Amino acid sequence: MVEVTLWGSLSAVAGGKARHDIEAKDIRELFRKLAEQYPGIEPWIDRGIAVAIDGTIYRDTWSKELPKDAEIFLLPRLAGG
Amino acid sequence: MNFDPRFSGRQFASVGTRPIRPDGVDKVTGRARYGADFNMAGQLVGRVLRSPHAHAVIKKIDTSKAEKLAGVKAVITAKDLPDLTDGDAAMYDILDNCMARKKALYDGHAVAAVAAIDARIARQALKLIEVEYEVLPHVTDVDEAAHHHAPLINDQVFTEGLEEKPAKPSNVTKRTQFGHGDVHAGFAKADFIVERSYKTEQTHQGYIEPHACVASVNPDGTADLWVCTQGHFVYRQHCAQLLGMEASKLRVTSSEIGGGFGGKTHVWAEPVALALSRKAGRPVKLVMTRDEVFRASGPTSATSIDVKIGARKDGTITAAEATLRYSCGPYAGSWAEIGAMTAFACYKLENVKTVGYEVLVNRPKTAAYRAPSAPMAAFAVESAVDELAHELGMDAVDFRIKNAAQEGTRASYGPVYGPIGIGPTLEAVKHHPHMKAPLKANQGRGMACGFWFNFGGQTCTDLNIGMDGSVSLAVGTVDVGGSRASLSLVAAEELGIDYSHVKAIVADTSSLGYNDMTDGSRGTFSSSMATISAARNAIKILRERAAQMWDIPVEDVTWEKGHAVAKGEKYGNLSPLSLKDIAAKSGTTGGPIAGHSELVADGAGVSFATHICDVEVDPETGSTRVIRYTVVQDAGKAVHPTYVEGQYQGGAAQGIGWALNEEYIYGKDGRLQNAGFLDYRIPVCSDLPMIDTQILEIPNPNHPYGVRGVGETSIVPPLAAIANAVSNAVGVRMTHIPMSPPRILAALDAEREG
Amino acid sequence: MAGVAVSTTINGDAVEYLCQPDETLLEVLRDRLGLTGAKEGCGTGDCGACSVIVDGRLVCSCLVLGAEAEGRKVETIEGMAHGDQLHPLQQKFLEHAALQCGICTPGFLIAAKDLLAKNPSPTEEEIRFGLAGNLCRCTGYDKIVRAVQDAANVMKGA
Repeated sequence: MVEVTLWGSLSAVAGGKARHDIEAKDIRELFRKLAEQYPGIEPWIDRGIAVAIDGTIYRDTWSKELPKDAEIFLLPRLAGG
Repeated sequence: MNFDPRFSGRQFASVGTRPIRPDGVDKVTGRARYGADFNMAGQLVGRVLRSPHAHAVIKKIDTSKAEKLAGVKAVITAKDLPDLTDGDAAMYDILDNCMARKKALYDGHAVAAVAAIDARIARQALKLIEVEYEVLPHVTDVDEAAHHHAPLINDQVFTEGLEEKPAKPSNVTKRTQFGHGDVHAGFAKADFIVERSYKTEQTHQGYIEPHACVASVNPDGTADLWVCTQGHFVYRQHCAQLLGMEASKLRVTSSEIGGGFGGKTHVWAEPVALALSRKAGRPVKLVMTRDEVFRASGPTSATSIDVKIGARKDGTITAAEATLRYSCGPYAGSWAEIGAMTAFACYKLENVKTVGYEVLVNRPKTAAYRAPSAPMAAFAVESAVDELAHELGMDAVDFRIKNAAQEGTRASYGPVYGPIGIGPTLEAVKHHPHMKAPLKANQGRGMACGFWFNFGGQTCTDLNIGMDGSVSLAVGTVDVGGSRASLSLVAAEELGIDYSHVKAIVADTSSLGYNDMTDGSRGTFSSSMATISAARNAIKILRERAAQMWDIPVEDVTWEKGHAVAKGEKYGNLSPLSLKDIAAKSGTTGGPIAGHSELVADGAGVSFATHICDVEVDPETGSTRVIRYTVVQDAGKAVHPTYVEGQYQGGAAQGIGWALNEEYIYGKDGRLQNAGFLDYRIPVCSDLPMIDTQILEIPNPNHPYGVRGVGETSIVPPLAAIANAVSNAVGVRMTHIPMSPPRILAALDAEREG
Repeated sequence: MAGVAVSTTINGDAVEYLCQPDETLLEVLRDRLGLTGAKEGCGTGDCGACSVIVDGRLVCSCLVLGAEAEGRKVETIEGMAHGDQLHPLQQKFLEHAALQCGICTPGFLIAAKDLLAKNPSPTEEEIRFGLAGNLCRCTGYDKIVRAVQDAANVMKGA
């Protein structure tokens, strides 16, 4: 089980709920389960999401493993200069 | 590939030294080739016709007269760039920005283009194109545009991110929110509260090299594009998608780049040049004028920000809140979102809430500018933090130290921090001699902190070892400020050879796998990670070859300081083989020796800086001079310290220009009034003092050498540091950037009148 | 339009070219003669990236007509090094990392050469005002000023 927090805009398409407990071993499974529950999330996933795992920000590499009880934050993928 | 990116705390031989950059001689002799320095046989000159109106329906474009002019080889409009974006809204906006489709959305928006045999004929042809406009009401101010009665820029835009879907369209494309805790409860506990509104004006990245490219589309559908860009792989994807080409058939070569700072991260004129070349059947060179650069490329957001911060008497912040409105130009963006994420990132806050609003205006499409969106948010927050410290009677540095984020703090944007440098930069500033230097009349000192994320991303490198033992390193991240030197140092370090034997180049899109662009301070972070990985792969092969040469098992061969070493007493008489020895025999031990790497560089460490600034304000004229400036920033590990200093100094100088002088000025007609370097004045040599730097090295745990990005953070604190200094010099709180002489005089007058 | 025939000297070499009456010296250098070391940053004389020296005078080549070079001596960045020997300013710019993107570098080197020819021992302030006609967006000028100071010292000793 991992605890996932969605940033503002994303939680708006996830029933207005920011925090979700999800059984997922990697980013692929996390995204799949979120999209099953909240189809509105899918276009956001396609556009690219950054995944903070216990404080370190990763991109959306599917195979990235999620440690047990990890704290996950989904954040917008940003632009830089 | 099993690459271990973790920090290992090794001793460095090459990394941390300051050799001369490999591309240096070309650049001091005038031989380096930038975007406009490349030519092809039979090349035409491309020119773009731009809208003089801020907002207008394009009723009709008649190109027939232009087409008939002798020497004109192609004229194109949006019809020649059909929409192939297939529902990709961001790409559609880029397409529409390259060439207006139905409406001109800002002064300078491209509406047509020509290719002719020379510049004179191309200019004449532009005058022969007849465009019939229906001029619409426009809005250029971010606050006015957010009002419900403002002229609508796009009637299909309904604000995203609201709990209830809005019934009416709006210029506000999106609302975003970050934070945690309960700010109402937090403010209730505060003994002091500061609440203020701030504005910052729109600035341009101000790179000295205008956008330039040469496009050549062949009759068989293959094409070449030579272009100044921060990301040639990204440009290839954009152009291929917009022109309906296979990416592999479009070879994009990045020229030397004469500055980008975020402004060369997506395409502007390149698809136009390709479309012209396709239609004319000849290569087309398209170079923007400076006027076009200002009117139609760049710029950053103009902003309007409300901040409220409360603290107890003991100096503990109890709650912090900000509402941020950022202009996006006429297309949806996520600029306020980034501002909302970064605004309070320096602090440990129990209760924090930030809300961002993205606002459409009739100005050029907002582009990233060095730590995009962070400097404005930092200006507002760090001004309020300073003011709160004064109200509490606390020293501005001590107040920040008391509330600084640290390892384990939950960032205002969500995740929990690992090891970070905000505390150390503040401590360094507290003890810096600059803080104790005396000040004279009309002088003031200010300081401020800044935060930036830094990115990683997709990265690919090739490392080839020649038969003479010298090393060619091909990277795919464009070198914007000396990264070829840094990456050569990293290759030398990992292989254990001298820097002089490594030569790094930026490979074109057909020679190397995909790379994300050089943005988000990722160039040296990401490509050094990929270079280390490539070098480790090469070392594996070097060990195998040494084992062959010795005829012993590879498991008994280690790599130490540039040599293969046979381990074990039985090999006592085998003297180590140098990389050069092994390379010389490569033809007979299995052929060329190379190391390749493709990876997603993750875990870019966040970066913090604290700046100190002394200013002198002339109360008669309102003119402000920066008389001393110090940058303290965490680099993780400075690979080439001189170029790290250069990034610190350059960011500070851009911030000084932004703080004191630079701004887009629009007339009532919605036209840009100062589209040139004379009226949009960036700092010149005589405006600035020396800029002192102090590099801190708090290793990034997610990089083998501890490297963090360094390029962007340095532009985040200056706006606030200078505003705090000016406020301390004249006793008036400045809330509008830039603090140009008229604004300072107005603030002084207002203060005198009470 | 009929071209103007021009005979001039560029970096010590006799050069002849035809140019249009309204063509700038910068356009002639870059587009007709292949000397692309001078850059166009603005075309209005504000950035100094196109700096060249004409008869001992520092000018923005975007503000000089190609026809005006008739009978004059033009010095550009391509003529600054002597063979494979870099000019001390070029060497010091490298050593001090006085360039990042490098687009302004040819203009700065020409302007600094002109400055040191007229004032071999400039103060920091004199360097800063002497180079105020050249824009650099990358460096904050710190390392440029230091490189010029260092080069001035080397050149005095030479």
